[in-house]
Amino acid sequence: MRRSWFSERLPLAEVEAAIQHKTVPQHRHSIWYYLGGMTLFFFLVQVVTGILLLLYYRPSAAEAYDSVQFIMTRVPFGWLVRSIHSWSANLVVGAAFIHLFSVLFLKAYRKPRELTWISGVLLLFILLAFGFTGYLLPWNELAFFATRVGTDIAGAVPWIGEATVRFLRGGPEVTGATLTRFYGVHVAVLPAITTLLLGLHLVLVQYHGMSVPPSVEARAAREGRPVRVMPFAPHFALRDLFGWTVALAMLAGLSAYLPWELGTRADPFAPAPAGIQPEWYFLWTFQALKYMPAHVLGIDGELVAIGLMSVGALALIFLPLLDRNTDRSRRIVTLAAIAAIIVMVSLTVLALAGGGGH
Amino acid sequence: MSTPVTGSAATPDRGRRGVLNWLLGTWSAGVMGAIVFPIVRYLVPPDVPEATTHSVKAGAAASLLPNTARIVPFGSTPAIVVRTPTGELRAFEGTCTHLSCTVQYRPDLEHIWCACHNGHYDLNGRNIAGPPPRPLETFDANVQGDEIVISRRA
Repeated sequence: MRRSWFSERLPLAEVEAAIQHKTVPQHRHSIWYYLGGMTLFFFLVQVVTGILLLLYYRPSAAEAYDSVQFIMTRVPFGWLVRSIHSWSANLVVGAAFIHLFSVLFLKAYRKPRELTWISGVLLLFILLAFGFTGYLLPWNELAFFATRVGTDIAGAVPWIGEATVRFLRGGPEVTGATLTRFYGVHVAVLPAITTLLLGLHLVLVQYHGMSVPPSVEARAAREGRPVRVMPFAPHFALRDLFGWTVALAMLAGLSAYLPWELGTRADPFAPAPAGIQPEWYFLWTFQALKYMPAHVLGIDGELVAIGLMSVGALALIFLPLLDRNTDRSRRIVTLAAIAAIIVMVSLTVLALAGGGGH
Repeated sequence: MSTPVTGSAATPDRGRRGVLNWLLGTWSAGVMGAIVFPIVRYLVPPDVPEATTHSVKAGAAASLLPNTARIVPFGSTPAIVVRTPTGELRAFEGTCTHLSCTVQYRPDLEHIWCACHNGHYDLNGRNIAGPPPRPLETFDANVQGDEIVISRRA
């Protein structure tokens, strides 16, 4: 009776029918279908723990460090909430990267899913921006100098470089003004953009359904049978839920046994300590900048690096339009992606090993 | 479901499905509990131990003229120090007993008044008009050297 009251006012029957009819293709690459959901899960953990941290965090240079310390030492389960937020921040980026490469290798960006891909790549960039702005918020030494270096890179861009640095920092230097600015971006601007992009991304995924990789499609066609499917509810949903529970247990375990450190309070007038590093997902860019000569063919080295990365980012965004979807173009995309992974991983390893000098 | 996993809904499967459902339910309840409990505990603000204030300095005695008052911090709450028209020093808690606004001295009425809901207290802290349900707590006011010192009564 309650149900009928609502179903007269909401399209409940249609939604239920859609869920009942939704299927997920089942083949040897099906495991990769869980990565998007896993990324979403870590993101939702970030939303919940982020809101919790907002209750005690104070975004000013004078109070930020102490308020995080208060959360870690005095608030019941505050250490857990903050550690989960830090760990999940890393895992969401990791899951997003794996999701991106699995979608790329399975060629799921093909027509008609170009916009799903583009919104996904933009979401990855947003995640990186979340990571960069959130890193500074505890106002510790490591984050302070990493932010100085990170924002300084923008200064190499001709004409608008200096203005960009001022815009990012809220002034010529990294100060309390930068902290307030990063805080606003981290808790308001980025979440708003994410809500829109993520909404679009998820609607598109539902609208188009899961993509079947070309190899699986070809094989089914050869054998003259349809691709096997699995009902979404409850078969796929329960598996998804199981994965999420494992992820949650992993987060709790990591946070309990490897709690995230706070480090020492930032002191703008202390010399930078050795071993200043950005988050691991920026390490390869950081390392590439170290290897960049001061000048390449008379052009400023940093500028060359920024140019190359911008070209790479644009190529990634518009990949579905660049790939003309022939066997040859698909093979080129796969090889280029493998090359990119090798370069990124080697640079990261070199950075971790301290290559190129600290 | 179009592709049932456990065969038909025949009787032998009932018990097995029941056990599985029970396991699923217990597992969900456990996970939800493990999420909700820490969050609820986190939301309750921790006690920040604050040294109970017993006495504070309330400024120079000479600068507090008859028929005036000043508000001073007493720990984390305000206190009001009044010099009566006859020159006596009196001190009270500065928080109205009605709905916790901070009171003020009205030289024209020669007593303490709360602007929020028109509460009146006389110079002994007694609630004499308006909504306040209780008198203001009275503090001791003494002069040490040139300074007023107010303290909570033991």
